[in-house]
Amino acid sequence: MRLELAGITKRFGTLVANDHVSLTVEPGEIHCLLGENGAGKSTLMNVVFGMLRPDEGEVLVDGEVFRPSDSGEAVRRGIGMVHQHFMLVPLFTVAENVVLGFEPTRRTGILDRRRARSEIARLSEEFGLEVDPDATVESLPVGVQQRVEILKALHRDAQVLILDEPTAVLTPQEIESLFAIVRSLAASGRSVLFITHKLKEVMAVADRITVMRLGKVVGTTTPGESDEGGLASMMVGRTVELVVHKEPAQPGRPVLRLRNLTVADERGAVAVDGLEIDVHAGEILAVAGVQGNGQTELVEALTGLRPVVSGSIELDGTDMTGSSPEEMLRAGVAHVPEDRQRDGLVLAMSVEDNLVLDVYNRAPFARLGSRALDVVHANALEKLSAFDIRASSVESPVSALSGGNQQKVVVARELSREIKLLVASQPTRGLDVGSIEYVHRQIVAERDKGVAVVIVSSELDEVLALGDRIAVMFRGRIVGVVGPETGREAIGLMMAGSGAGAEDVGPVVPAGGRAPAGARAGRESS
Amino acid sequence: MRAVRATAGAEVAEATGAAEVRIVSGGRVRGMGVFLVLLAALAILGFVLRVPAKAHATFLLTAPPAISVAPLTMSVRWTAGVLAVLCGALGVLLVVRRQQRGAYLLFGLGFALFLWAFLVWAARGAQLNFVEMLVTTLISTTPLVFGALSGVMCERSGVINIAIEGQFLAGAFLGAMIGSVSGDLWLGMLAGAVAGGLFGWLLAFLALRYAVDQIIVGVVIVAFCTGLTNFLTEQVLTPDQTTLNSPQTFAPIAIPLFDKIPILGPVLFDENIFVYLAAILLVVVHVGLFRTRWGLRVRAVGEHPRAAETVGIHVLSVRYRNVILGGVIAGIGGASFTIGSVGEFSSEMTAGLGYVALAAMIFGRWRPFGALGASLLFGFSVSLQSFLAVLNVGIPSPFLAMAPYVITIAVVSGLVGRVRPPAADGAPYRRE
Repeated sequence: MRLELAGITKRFGTLVANDHVSLTVEPGEIHCLLGENGAGKSTLMNVVFGMLRPDEGEVLVDGEVFRPSDSGEAVRRGIGMVHQHFMLVPLFTVAENVVLGFEPTRRTGILDRRRARSEIARLSEEFGLEVDPDATVESLPVGVQQRVEILKALHRDAQVLILDEPTAVLTPQEIESLFAIVRSLAASGRSVLFITHKLKEVMAVADRITVMRLGKVVGTTTPGESDEGGLASMMVGRTVELVVHKEPAQPGRPVLRLRNLTVADERGAVAVDGLEIDVHAGEILAVAGVQGNGQTELVEALTGLRPVVSGSIELDGTDMTGSSPEEMLRAGVAHVPEDRQRDGLVLAMSVEDNLVLDVYNRAPFARLGSRALDVVHANALEKLSAFDIRASSVESPVSALSGGNQQKVVVARELSREIKLLVASQPTRGLDVGSIEYVHRQIVAERDKGVAVVIVSSELDEVLALGDRIAVMFRGRIVGVVGPETGREAIGLMMAGSGAGAEDVGPVVPAGGRAPAGARAGRESS
Repeated sequence: MRAVRATAGAEVAEATGAAEVRIVSGGRVRGMGVFLVLLAALAILGFVLRVPAKAHATFLLTAPPAISVAPLTMSVRWTAGVLAVLCGALGVLLVVRRQQRGAYLLFGLGFALFLWAFLVWAARGAQLNFVEMLVTTLISTTPLVFGALSGVMCERSGVINIAIEGQFLAGAFLGAMIGSVSGDLWLGMLAGAVAGGLFGWLLAFLALRYAVDQIIVGVVIVAFCTGLTNFLTEQVLTPDQTTLNSPQTFAPIAIPLFDKIPILGPVLFDENIFVYLAAILLVVVHVGLFRTRWGLRVRAVGEHPRAAETVGIHVLSVRYRNVILGGVIAGIGGASFTIGSVGEFSSEMTAGLGYVALAAMIFGRWRPFGALGASLLFGFSVSLQSFLAVLNVGIPSPFLAMAPYVITIAVVSGLVGRVRPPAADGAPYRRE
């Protein structure tokens, strides 16, 4: 089936999210839609699925105009979507999720589970999508959950499949198997629209590539006619540097010592399992791993947000185990949290107040129990220029800022204290390239000042670019600590649990001063 | 929006860690075990050691129309002693085993043994009609089942119905009035259902159309229903009590042959229409939720509305329908207060049982039969209290009357265990 978008325009107030976007996905073709976060990809998909009405332009399916009023209609027309955040009910079984909305029933209205199961078995076999129909979705690894999403679309007989950032949560091996599935789908004559911002994937899987920037299509090409650098400059509108500049690390004394650290998650299950590692002054330890392998809990334990079950956290010779977040903060720990909007900022409060959240009650920002608003204001103005934060005014709510500028507010606040340890979790998630470069530079600058830095990132590119040492976490343990010269493949295997890497290589000085990177932006925070 | 993201994150975390989950804190199971051991100690101190050696308790096991059975006479000291030891043994087992699986069953069993020991002690030197006690239990349970099913209907689709108490009152009031005026009890029941459904619709309308906080809407509806029925009772019903507030009540329907079964017959097969209706609804809601297309969709909407929307399910219409149906069920439950038992409406006669029903639903883990179990527990505590008052056990009756509410607080505060509500429960839904 051919899916054609003809001159789609969608405006939100003064913002033009899609500006006369046209593209065609031919049957049997893998068409990649490449663009940064905010380029308008999501808006475009919402138009195809009837969630939004275009102001101009049409969607055509096999040449016929198609104006869906809800997603159900699109699904019935043969358009299937594999969402970035899986649209699966975690408590349901695979079979229940696959048939939801299109359930086979007996005449009495009772669900026909047997028919559902056999249907799934047939599709699994046809496309090599192995999965147990009776497993509960929440008990499945992410890669398998994604297969369930694909099965769901196939069960509805989708002829056009749209995959929205499908690789964000996968290990490199899972990505390979996804590519194989996608190719077999195309081989069966279905059309695939693959949405991503990762250049490597585009080069690996695409038949044709459409690049979007700021709501417009900037060009259509093929992997043969283009290279990563060319695509990157199309995507951001200028030539970008794919590397982070940094001198070799000069590791000093150990600042952070973790001994047998064990932390539990909300359910009381072990999330961080007997972790032992030292982080030295003047080095960046990058923690790699697929999301959900204890990184979040580790960061929360380091910042005092989550109790430690056993083991110890030592900061510069002082035992900090069981300290409160405030004690950690006063002891010199800076924290750039994973979700800046939830944990890093009070969105409704002004930029100037967010800049002093950690010290609002201390001199010089408070005097005799009352806040010194003039000092807060002056401080904000100073930080705005020092950290290149673009805000219309420091009194406006921080929610009015773009993602990149919000992150800069967090970074500015955290780096304005005297710090010994910087803990940054997904520091560039959802940021544009300019902001990514900026944040990376700040992190490296802190390292060069002698701060110990722990970076947690699920972006392998970022890990490789920033880390002086890379610790790979799997199921709460560090399966290996390696240097940044280690290949992606080896780290990928470690992320999937095979402890093939070196056990502990100590502080490693990278061979060159440069690391391959670019860290092509985090995943879209929809 | 953010909630959806957080959920997605949790899914990922659970999925990746699921292969081998080691639980660090097995504290709750141990706590339950310790609790049982304490109960056993209490039973031995109170019901064994401080009781004269010759004291006996007699349980009557016959009530009309069942075939009569010989009463059961037990030595208080021996029976209570054995029961207490068994209860303690179960407690020790829980502490030693520390497994989640089956823990609740063992705990329930241990608690039942303690209750039995308590009853034997309470009935020392006297007679207790056990069958009558069960009958009273079932009668007190019935409205709770309606209320809890109403809650299940609403919350499974993701809307919190804290207004059950108000829907009870509305159903009780209108059921009594229409039943009285028309002289037709079925019409009264219908009126109760309509009243409940109407307030269900109001909840749905405000919560779904305007995304008003569901708890607040619920509380407001309860306050409104309380005030309105109080006012109308005083101004309308009381001046003309004989025509407006003197409905008949549904007579018990004995099911031939079954009603002759000893003990169970009078309890289960000689009840009024509300009890049978509750039983039928239980099965219908259970099968509906877990076996049909409708139920799958309802649960999907309650767990992950966006996922349901992406496959073409209309989240809001599913919710509207369920909340209105839930209101109807609560309204019928309300009618059972007047035309099912008492025969007249009086101000605030539901006495907070709507909230108790809500607690029963939570305790029952949002499942119809779980809610039935919890409702039975509450019903039994009500019945226990009235029988103990007669037996004169030396516990002040206000304390006994507190029992159902104490249990409610314990349940809602999570003492009985952490429970997992539908993931989208209470969260307003907006299309992107």
